[in-house]
Amino acid sequence: MAQESQPNSKPGAWSPSCAPRIGSLELRGISKEFGGVFANEGIDLTVRSGEVLALLGENGAGKTTLMNVLYGLYAPDAGLILVNGMPVAIRSPKDAIRLGIGMVHQHFMLIPRHSVAENAALGLEGTPFLRPAAWVSRRIEDFASRYDIKVRPSAPVWRLSAGEQQRVEIVKALIKGAELLILDEPTSVLTDSEADELFAVVRRMTAEGKSVIFITHKLDEVLAASTRVAVLRRGRVAGVMPTAEASKEGLARLMTGKESIQAASRTAGTENERTRLEDGGTALQAVELSVDDDLGLPAVRHLSFSVRRGEVLGVAGVSGNGQRELAEALTGLRPLAGGSFQVNGAPASRRSCRDLRSLGVRHVPEERNRLGIVAAMSVAENAVLSSYGEERFCDGIFLNGGSIRRHAEEIIERYGIKTPSADARAGSMSGGNIQKLILGRETEGSPALIVASHPTYGLDVGAAEFVRSRLLAKAGEGSAVLLISEDLEEVLRLSDRVAVMFEGGFLAVLENKDLDRGRIMLLMAGSTDALEAGGRSDA
Amino acid sequence: MPRMEFIPRHEVAKATSVKVTLGSLAAGLVLACLAFAFMGVNPALALWNIFAGSFFSAYGLGETLTKAIPLILAGVGLSVAFTGRLWNIGAEGQLLAGAAAATAVALPLGAALPAFVMIPLGFLAGFAGGAALAVLAAWLKTRFKVNEVISTLMLNYICAELVQHLVYGPWKGRTQSGFPYTDNFSPAAVLPTIGTTRIHYPTLGLALAAAVLAWVLLRKCRFGFEVRAMGGNPAAASYAGMDAARTTVLAMAVSGGLAGLAGVGEVAGIHQHLTTPWAVSSGYGYAAIIVAWVAALNPLFVIPAGLFLGGVLVGGDAIQISMGLPSSAISLFNGIILLSLVAGEFFLRHRLRGPGRQAPSPA
Repeated sequence: MAQESQPNSKPGAWSPSCAPRIGSLELRGISKEFGGVFANEGIDLTVRSGEVLALLGENGAGKTTLMNVLYGLYAPDAGLILVNGMPVAIRSPKDAIRLGIGMVHQHFMLIPRHSVAENAALGLEGTPFLRPAAWVSRRIEDFASRYDIKVRPSAPVWRLSAGEQQRVEIVKALIKGAELLILDEPTSVLTDSEADELFAVVRRMTAEGKSVIFITHKLDEVLAASTRVAVLRRGRVAGVMPTAEASKEGLARLMTGKESIQAASRTAGTENERTRLEDGGTALQAVELSVDDDLGLPAVRHLSFSVRRGEVLGVAGVSGNGQRELAEALTGLRPLAGGSFQVNGAPASRRSCRDLRSLGVRHVPEERNRLGIVAAMSVAENAVLSSYGEERFCDGIFLNGGSIRRHAEEIIERYGIKTPSADARAGSMSGGNIQKLILGRETEGSPALIVASHPTYGLDVGAAEFVRSRLLAKAGEGSAVLLISEDLEEVLRLSDRVAVMFEGGFLAVLENKDLDRGRIMLLMAGSTDALEAGGRSDA
Repeated sequence: MPRMEFIPRHEVAKATSVKVTLGSLAAGLVLACLAFAFMGVNPALALWNIFAGSFFSAYGLGETLTKAIPLILAGVGLSVAFTGRLWNIGAEGQLLAGAAAATAVALPLGAALPAFVMIPLGFLAGFAGGAALAVLAAWLKTRFKVNEVISTLMLNYICAELVQHLVYGPWKGRTQSGFPYTDNFSPAAVLPTIGTTRIHYPTLGLALAAAVLAWVLLRKCRFGFEVRAMGGNPAAASYAGMDAARTTVLAMAVSGGLAGLAGVGEVAGIHQHLTTPWAVSSGYGYAAIIVAWVAALNPLFVIPAGLFLGGVLVGGDAIQISMGLPSSAISLFNGIILLSLVAGEFFLRHRLRGPGRQAPSPA
């Protein structure tokens, strides 16, 4: 497919208005490894002019890594990128932009205090010396009217909604000459009507011979907006097909892997893995919980649920549906917008992190490097980061260095943490070892409630298994565990009950007996018909 | 393909740190020599005069130590604040507040109290004065989210104007024949010095003790643990249940209090009265920022760093006299040396990657 056009080719017959500088783009054998784990392994993928390619996969399947390689943010360990059949070197986003590749990241790269035009001018070449702002504004308006994108060049970015900011990002990429636009989870921040608008823009672009790759894990979107779909699973291509030939169920199966569906549908057997407690009473009781996100918009809406002692409640769902805000509210990091919750019967709403900790709430945070450790402090100090004030570590004024060290060495030993010593900087350890350290710290003693957010995200298989077995063991000892994870297999294996979170609420809370992955996948994508129709098809 | 890049270092070995500091010092001296050569001065002679003036003569060494006292005290305080990521730029104002507070107790009580009461009382007042000013900035930060860089910097000007107002106005001494001084402290309030030097040894002792205590505080105490966690990762510190507001206020109090002690030393040890702000401090509070950074925020390293910077200041004065150089030449020399030391920080955090070497994975 590479020979269909020459480098810097003349316009193809099907392109009405502009010369496609990217007639085809081919990834050949792309591999990228992080600390011994392949995020991408031997990926072959082609995008042709005029196409909308959906890149579908579970969290951690390697979608974003692959696109970051394409955009020059990561150097691939192996493999080639060919544009119009010619190998190209993309060492930085600058190279990518020069080749006509644009990317809109999931988290926007805009400067809030600057206007739309000022943001678009950043990194733009060829601006005139005189009145550059007017020139940039004109160009924004040109592109906006050409693709019917609603943006106002003079508006300050901080006033814009997420959807509007995304449009700015798209215009920014177009002004820089993007022929191939990569959209990373473009609809995760959009309302339904905004998403429709986005896909209309995408269609107008591809009608001109541009191409679009969008990353997603929403099946409906794939079927609605793409012309071709590539499914990634564990860093490899699991399948590529024209969207016309794809079905929801087929895609869900490709995403998750047939064999693991069968394994997961036998979850009843995994109950043997753990000691089960008789109902020990309610550990966490949440009533009408509402939490706002960073922008002050409702992220969790009137959510009521409970977790019993010794129970693992799994919260499945695509991230961005309020999971992070829920976890932060329950651990005191984020104020409640409404409602209340109790821990072991004690009122726990509107309490500080410290108070909640003394009630026995522990937190294995989603952003382990941002919240979980102080990178510049030692492993030993991080091992007592939240318990340094306890009598065994501190006499009130002085820390007991000896007992802190012994405690840390015990955790290192018991959790098999690989570190040169307890005095090494915590930041020098790998992600898996950092997570083991956090887990060791947070599951110490007998916590009332462990809120574990994506506890195995990015870990290698061995470390992930270890983390899971620790959580199960703590549940066996009587702790309530709220497990928030995008890894369905993990949720199904560990949980007694599974809640599917969608747009700030639990779409369903189901006993983990009559569940199968396909059905949950559908629920995660927000289609409630699976509640009635899905049944126990595979079980 | 071949290109040079700066790669962030994740680990900084102690040896590297020492090498980089000495290297940047050497580079600074070379640059300073070039500057002297441009001015038509023999660089070797100039350097010799500087270091002979500050370290190789009894008088010079005494002066160096004298200037090192406030630099060490304020520098130790700043190393505590900076460790907690509290950018206290206000040591200058806190020093003046300490000086004014000590004066406020020394003038009315100095004649009535014996030295062994009066001197500790002066230091206490000075610590309280400096701490109060720093706590004001900390309170603005925790209560109203006012950036402490701005508030501490602005408080410097306010304090300087206030001291100036006092010595020209209400506190102007009747016995000072019109000079902007307060009356001299009575002997009981004046700090003793070593021999004929100006080294006021009680303050020197306090400075050395402060360095050791601050090190113990940061490394061995619960409070220091909180300061380091807050400075290392504020989000993780609050996740772990630490009280950021309390830690901020206490760390700023320590920082400002130590700068206040430096102010007591200047008025009670050197001038024996409160005088104009530029005469009381001559910029020690700002120079102490550099002392703290050159010491890599380690309170123990503040001692040699303070001595070195004190020496540079004294050496500057020396060549001004001995070689007839304008005072701006000395400022240039000081500036070059300090800039080199601070720029060296960059090489502590980054290393130069030449062409042909593989990048480490960005994991």
